[in-house]
Amino acid sequence: MQANMVNALNNAIQLAMQENDKMVILGEDVGKDGGVFRVTEGLLDKFGEERVIDTPLAESGIIGTAIGMAIAGMHPVPEIQFAGFMFLSFSQIVNHVARYRGRTRSGITLPMIIRTPVSGGIRTLEHHSESPEAFYSHVGGLVVVEPSTPYDAKGLFMKAAHMQDPVIFLEPTKLYRLFRQEIPDDAYEVPIGKANIVKEGDDLTIITYGTMVSVVSSVVEKRKLSAQIVDLRTINPLDEATIIESAKKTGKVLIVHEAPLSFGVGAEVAARIAEKAIYDLDAPILRVGAPSLPYPFPGDEQYYVPNEVKISNYIDRLLSA
Amino acid sequence: MFSASVKYLQILDENGKIDQALFPVELDDNKIIEMYRYMNFARAVDAKVLSMQRQGRAVTYAPLVGEEATQVGSGYAMRQNDFFVPTFRQHALFFMRGLPLESFIISARGFEDGNANSKQINGTSEVVPVASQLPHAVGIAYAKKFNKEDSAVIAYVGDGGTSEGDFYEAINFAGRFKVPLVIIIENNQWAISVPRSAQTAAKTLAQKAIAAGIAGIQVDGNDVIAVYKATKDAIENAKNGPTLIEAITYRMSMHTTADDPTKYRPESDVESWKPKDPILRVRKYLLAKNAWNNELENNMRDEQSKIIDEAVAKAEEFKVDPKKMFENIYSFMPEVLREEEDDAMASNFWQGEV
Repeated sequence: MQANMVNALNNAIQLAMQENDKMVILGEDVGKDGGVFRVTEGLLDKFGEERVIDTPLAESGIIGTAIGMAIAGMHPVPEIQFAGFMFLSFSQIVNHVARYRGRTRSGITLPMIIRTPVSGGIRTLEHHSESPEAFYSHVGGLVVVEPSTPYDAKGLFMKAAHMQDPVIFLEPTKLYRLFRQEIPDDAYEVPIGKANIVKEGDDLTIITYGTMVSVVSSVVEKRKLSAQIVDLRTINPLDEATIIESAKKTGKVLIVHEAPLSFGVGAEVAARIAEKAIYDLDAPILRVGAPSLPYPFPGDEQYYVPNEVKISNYIDRLLSA
Repeated sequence: MFSASVKYLQILDENGKIDQALFPVELDDNKIIEMYRYMNFARAVDAKVLSMQRQGRAVTYAPLVGEEATQVGSGYAMRQNDFFVPTFRQHALFFMRGLPLESFIISARGFEDGNANSKQINGTSEVVPVASQLPHAVGIAYAKKFNKEDSAVIAYVGDGGTSEGDFYEAINFAGRFKVPLVIIIENNQWAISVPRSAQTAAKTLAQKAIAAGIAGIQVDGNDVIAVYKATKDAIENAKNGPTLIEAITYRMSMHTTADDPTKYRPESDVESWKPKDPILRVRKYLLAKNAWNNELENNMRDEQSKIIDEAVAKAEEFKVDPKKMFENIYSFMPEVLREEEDDAMASNFWQGEV
């Protein structure tokens, strides 16, 4: 089927719910409205209101209730309407979702998929454009994924649906309808913890994920560079093997993400490369990210979100180092 | 115009006298004695862990002394299939539900291993972030209803916890989804140093049920029979929706072993609650009925301290395996965690010297 990311996710959720009658969706406007981005459209009619649950407007309550469902043997898929509102459930996620298995020495596990739209570039209100992946990855105990294509979105969701772990499933808003691609109709999995080499290349390695994958690819194509492009797909746990291998291959590494630079995923990736491959590098590792400040109002976002020109400029710096 | 009120239930007063009209007929003397034993056992375990903490043999601990009736009365009303969700103070529930005391002591020594079997006794392990466990209880109750199980969830929170957002979110969700849930507010009058009167302008904590559209009742939390009855009624009614029970009791000791209540609480306040002791009034009741005597009392104490000493001895033999800390976080082993574990185990940092 030809699918954009919304279609792919809708299809994946449907297949997973057909497979597992203990899987339920809960969140704000996920039922009749089909979610504000329509990812859960049509599911209420298919699965009924016991399994597609329009909840009261309370994010901590949504995640907390999902935790209880998981404790009792269900596989909840809570949706938080925007990543900026997910901080209201941060306590539940950090204090319980991440910790329950450890606290009970695996006596209680929490299979659940927490979905939320992330990142900006769509000129919307404050708090609708955050890139929070580093927060959730830092905690430990949470699997954090962020697809950049419809194919990966469906495959990662199916894989998450078959795991006993809590998965933070970050969906870049800008990519929901950016492009379509052919994906299989049937269920398939994309492995979690495995990066995707989008393009092989020899002169430099660009490690990226989420909204920046297509931006980086466009720059590389326009400049006809021989660049190895790595799409992390899973933020936690990182696919260190692919990262190190790709760094060693070219000896030049640029890391690109939309989230603010300081204390970000790029810092972690750079540290791992420095620890394990520094003698294979012939230039300092460079990072491109948003400035180290909160996501601004939409009028300023063109100055904030890394664009092709900025990435191209950093490629020049890396190649001339 | 909408108006509502909150009922108050007491069956056994502080002189050991019962209200015959309200007394649950199924509670024969043997059952009252069973509850009496549980309350004494809870108090004895409490004293033991407290002394272990003072000797450095247990970690920070939240004593339950004074609150035995709230815990034992509600625990006694629970059926095998019912599920409980505690805070960090409902220790009595674990013994009542059949968790080996040894496991409880292992937790009190600071090891997760003591929590591994809580689900087998239909409960979660103790939860520390105040009121954060209540939305979990809603979700568990949702699952029970979804699965059409004849089961209710009994969750606990303190008086301070009723100020938390998660408390309000939970009672609101519970009402919205009509889940089989009983929330017991163990109102012990103190949230560390903040008294109940400074926690909220609301006259009762039970009245918060009204805003959520669920049933609410206040009970004498030092009356084990009233707590039993209120919980049992709520469990029986759980298929029709949730109930909020405010059990009025008193924290006779410190918040935790890290706390010094003399700093903020006059001794006279504590003294005024001593005659209302939850165990004392049951003893008075049983003595007056000739269903109890000093010999039985002494035998009970001897038996209980023997059980406790044996469990402590076993629990103190327990040695933690540090690998378990690494290996119980995910269903799989991430490479980075494997490396950190291997490095720690091979280098044995915790035994070497600099």
